[in-house]
Amino acid sequence: MPSYVDPSKCDGCKGGDKTACMYICPNDLMVLEKTEMKAYNQEPDACWECYSCVKICPQGAIFVRGYDDFVPMGGQVHPMRSADSIMWTVKFRNGNLKRFKFPVRTTAEGAANAYVDQKGASLDDECLLLEANLPTPK
Amino acid sequence: MALPNKPKGELAAVVDPQIVEHDVDVLIVGGGMAACGTAFEIKKWAPADLKIVMVDKAALERSGAVAQGLSAINTYIGSNPIESYVKMVRNDLMGVVREDLIYDCGRHVDESVKLFEEWGLPIWKKDADGETLDGAKPAPTLREGGTPVRTGKWQIMINGESYKCIVAEPAKTALGADNVHERIFIVKLLLDKNKANQIAGAVGFSTRENAVHIYRCKTAMVACGGAVNIFRPRSTGEGKGRAWYPVWNAGSTYTMCAQVGATLTMMENRFTPARFKDGYGPVGAWFLLFKAKVQNGLGEFYANSDAVKEELAQFMPYGASPVTPTCLRNHLMINELKAGRGPIYMATDVALNAFLDDRRAKGLDEKEVKKYWKHLESEAWEDFLDMSVGQAGLWAGMDIEPEKTGSEIMPTEPYMLGSHSGCCGIWTSGPEESWVPDVKNPSRAHKYKWGYNRMTTVDGLFTAGDGVGASGHKFSSGSHAEGRICAKQMVKFCRDNASFKPELKQTAKELADEIYAPVKRYIEFVGASTAADVNPNYCKPAGLMMRLMKATDEYGGGVATYYMTSGKLLNICLDLLRLLREDAQKMAAGDLHELLRCWENYHRIWCVEAHIRHIEFRKESRYPGFYYRSDFPTCDDENWKCFVNSTFNPETQEWKCEKVEVINIIETEPWL
Repeated sequence: MPSYVDPSKCDGCKGGDKTACMYICPNDLMVLEKTEMKAYNQEPDACWECYSCVKICPQGAIFVRGYDDFVPMGGQVHPMRSADSIMWTVKFRNGNLKRFKFPVRTTAEGAANAYVDQKGASLDDECLLLEANLPTPK
Repeated sequence: MALPNKPKGELAAVVDPQIVEHDVDVLIVGGGMAACGTAFEIKKWAPADLKIVMVDKAALERSGAVAQGLSAINTYIGSNPIESYVKMVRNDLMGVVREDLIYDCGRHVDESVKLFEEWGLPIWKKDADGETLDGAKPAPTLREGGTPVRTGKWQIMINGESYKCIVAEPAKTALGADNVHERIFIVKLLLDKNKANQIAGAVGFSTRENAVHIYRCKTAMVACGGAVNIFRPRSTGEGKGRAWYPVWNAGSTYTMCAQVGATLTMMENRFTPARFKDGYGPVGAWFLLFKAKVQNGLGEFYANSDAVKEELAQFMPYGASPVTPTCLRNHLMINELKAGRGPIYMATDVALNAFLDDRRAKGLDEKEVKKYWKHLESEAWEDFLDMSVGQAGLWAGMDIEPEKTGSEIMPTEPYMLGSHSGCCGIWTSGPEESWVPDVKNPSRAHKYKWGYNRMTTVDGLFTAGDGVGASGHKFSSGSHAEGRICAKQMVKFCRDNASFKPELKQTAKELADEIYAPVKRYIEFVGASTAADVNPNYCKPAGLMMRLMKATDEYGGGVATYYMTSGKLLNICLDLLRLLREDAQKMAAGDLHELLRCWENYHRIWCVEAHIRHIEFRKESRYPGFYYRSDFPTCDDENWKCFVNSTFNPETQEWKCEKVEVINIIETEPWL
């Protein structure tokens, strides 16, 4: 189910060199068309539906439409992601709706401890940071 | 209508890219779990003046196999003996594994998981009454002795939508953002001009501007995942993107390391997961957490029948395990399908209703059962929404509610990888400790250790995650731990080789010309046709990839033949691959995205060739259910309980395949 861009919502990330979707796509699919200032998915059959572009788009302009070679039309899955949780709306072909909310992170963005000032002890054993007394097989 | 003879994409390629040269001590190629482990750990051991750079073809926040998220961490040892973990992996991979590497992963992996939780990854816990709490509810952490929610013996449940973002953050902080080069695709490793068998650098290009980047380094770690879109997928239209493993993994790890002479191991291994049909959603939680069973088309729960027990008895000791090896589970499913007893269904309805009936039996009234159902339903959907949204989309489009109807499952097309339930990859040194076997053979291709843990047979070249062969079942957490192992070893390598000054064999111009050859070809010949994709002088990467997948599918044991091949078919496949390799020199790229696809295809063709060579060399069927050889249809422990290692000689351009001894470190009686 490849991602697609709603032209009425996409603002090309306000004329920046790169758009959020282009920045994030792990498969280099999202590109900015500079005359219209709209993004698009340049290779829909290489889209993994990872939703990275959908989740990051500041305008909520990106959606996903089911792969046309096996998904019947009419359903849709769409997220709203915040710093600590994600809310999913699942719309079925028959019109039914389900909503699910899950936590995504328990610390503030940027707060992960990289242990920047901590140093390991000896380079000549197998212990990694925070480890001591490594076992060996019985 | 305009004639279609202009480059696609928005970033047109030019013939004379800018050349940017970088001098570093340590180069990290890749940005997934393993590479992030290295990036986090290395600064803890490196002196302040050691220059370390990481190069990712995508954006670190969402790159690699965990980009989308995960709903579980499949390797957390906890209170289990590490020896039991080794026994489980050994049995699942049919006895041919490096027990030193697996044990070593097992003794480091929990520390990675504890770090993930500390960084902000929500991990499900059990409360005092044994009820499940999601990962944001207050509960003691793993480090504080909290109890995770186990599904199987080794797996724990997480709320993992942001798993990769969380792991990438401290990796980037540790290295410094300026030392993380994103959107540069490394395509070739480079050997030293003066010192034989020593890595000296790597070269790649930007997918954002016309620039070739050349890195000189003393040591490099290469971890760019496994290989996808190498066999024709079951969905060949738009759905070809919905690969089970990430569609951007192009076999780069194996190809780049093999081309500089790193010995490969067990490249005959592949993974053919049985997954929900078409959407390729995960089945692990359904089997383990929800205790669902598989039914054939006749409604029979065939997995416990007498016929199945008899079938498994042919594969001893592996078939005797209470958890049947993954390949043999596939084998049983394929037998049902071939006998016309398909389709195979995961009985999600039976499983979920059993939970509700259990609650009713415990005296819950219907209101309480309804509340419990909301919780259960949410857990079931989260499994897909965390890691395979496409499957949720398919259920939405098909109006499937899992409590009402089961869903079809199906073995997929084959993938190559070394971190999940597969073990192809690169032959590496184990830890330099006395318990690791000391093999008296001058060739590293036969040894288990040569000084630096996880170093390949090429000096200074390390790998981790999907890169390290013969040691599967690391998954996300074990890959991160393995990346951390590499980090310390690379610093040690730099210390021990302080006087080494890398020098490349090729000039910058020669390298840039080679990298941009598809662009030059495109610009030279595009005028010969009114359609940019149809031209007698070149081929486009999209077409070449389809040609590769057709050859492997039909001759190399893909879905077209229910994974069956033979010596005769494999040799036809090798002939087709030789022609493909020649024609790959004629790939053309009009824009930077297409140049990316060209180089991914070079990598795919090479690693598939190694795969086919290994299957051809091994005269048995080691992994029934993953592939079969009709001429050697059984698993033959007497002659083939050994590694197959292969080495490409970059000087002579010749391949050498050889048998290598499997040495057990963990007791074999009892086997499990």
